[in-house]
Amino acid sequence: MLRDSLAVAIPVGTYGAAFGAASVAAGFSILQTCLLSLLLFSGASQFAVVGVMGAGGSALSAIATGSLLGFRNGLYGLKMAPILKLRGLKKIIGAQLTIDESTGVAIGQEPRGVEASRYGFWATGIGVYVFWNLFTLLGAKGAQAIGDPSAWGLDAAVPAAFLGLVWPRLIDTKTRFVAIAAALLAIALTPIAPAGVPIIATVTIAVIIGWRRS
Amino acid sequence: MTPIWIATLATSLICFILKVVGYSLPESILNKPVVQRINSLIPIALLSALVAVQTLGSEKSVEIDHRLAGVVVAGIALSFKASFPVMMLLAAVTSAFIYNL
Repeated sequence: MLRDSLAVAIPVGTYGAAFGAASVAAGFSILQTCLLSLLLFSGASQFAVVGVMGAGGSALSAIATGSLLGFRNGLYGLKMAPILKLRGLKKIIGAQLTIDESTGVAIGQEPRGVEASRYGFWATGIGVYVFWNLFTLLGAKGAQAIGDPSAWGLDAAVPAAFLGLVWPRLIDTKTRFVAIAAALLAIALTPIAPAGVPIIATVTIAVIIGWRRS
Repeated sequence: MTPIWIATLATSLICFILKVVGYSLPESILNKPVVQRINSLIPIALLSALVAVQTLGSEKSVEIDHRLAGVVVAGIALSFKASFPVMMLLAAVTSAFIYNL
């Protein structure tokens, strides 16, 4: 059981090194990079913030994109609340640890009972938090040392990270259609809209397609 | 305060509030199928847009360069079920190789 959690936490943690490097390459300081991992603690949102700012987007575009990607953590919380039954400080800590991985392991353990589910949530959440932050710092330090990010392929590693995040979600025709339509819309808007806006604009596709029943 | 500081702190705060709000609302909201459908599609749209813009975008223009090669290799690696770090490493190595040619 602990092994399941660590099997998730360690690889995700090492991906934190890529975030640290990408963030510094995008112009964030080591302190800002580490604060994003400590306080924001949600991989996709963090990559989005540094991605939009690095591309010359406004703070508002970065905040909007990062926050929209953070929305699902709130829905994970809705799902986890009746299982964890948290109060006070534990609720604050539990909420901060509510991300894709901790929720995923907790739900995966549900058939084994509520205790196993709780254990999975905390072990994965704490494990990912520790490794994610540790490796963010290492990645940020490393990127500062290497200089030109393009020479090390960091400018391709960031979109590759996004591709890796979206890949497992593309499970049927509808999800693939949304992915391709969003990519095309974003590219079409890039020459005419301010940086960051082409990304947020694609939410309309999700809403229109999601609104319909099938 | 610089824009980077504003983006760092404001996004952190909003995302933390979203997490806490999830624990404070009735679970019945989740029972609305339309909420679930839209919620599962929003990350797909945003992440796909980010892939496209980060791969092809350059300031206000669209450019095909070394990054595309890296991302294509990442896609191939993912279709062979490569792990996350391996996939990213392959993308970075490919892109760096072409950039440094």
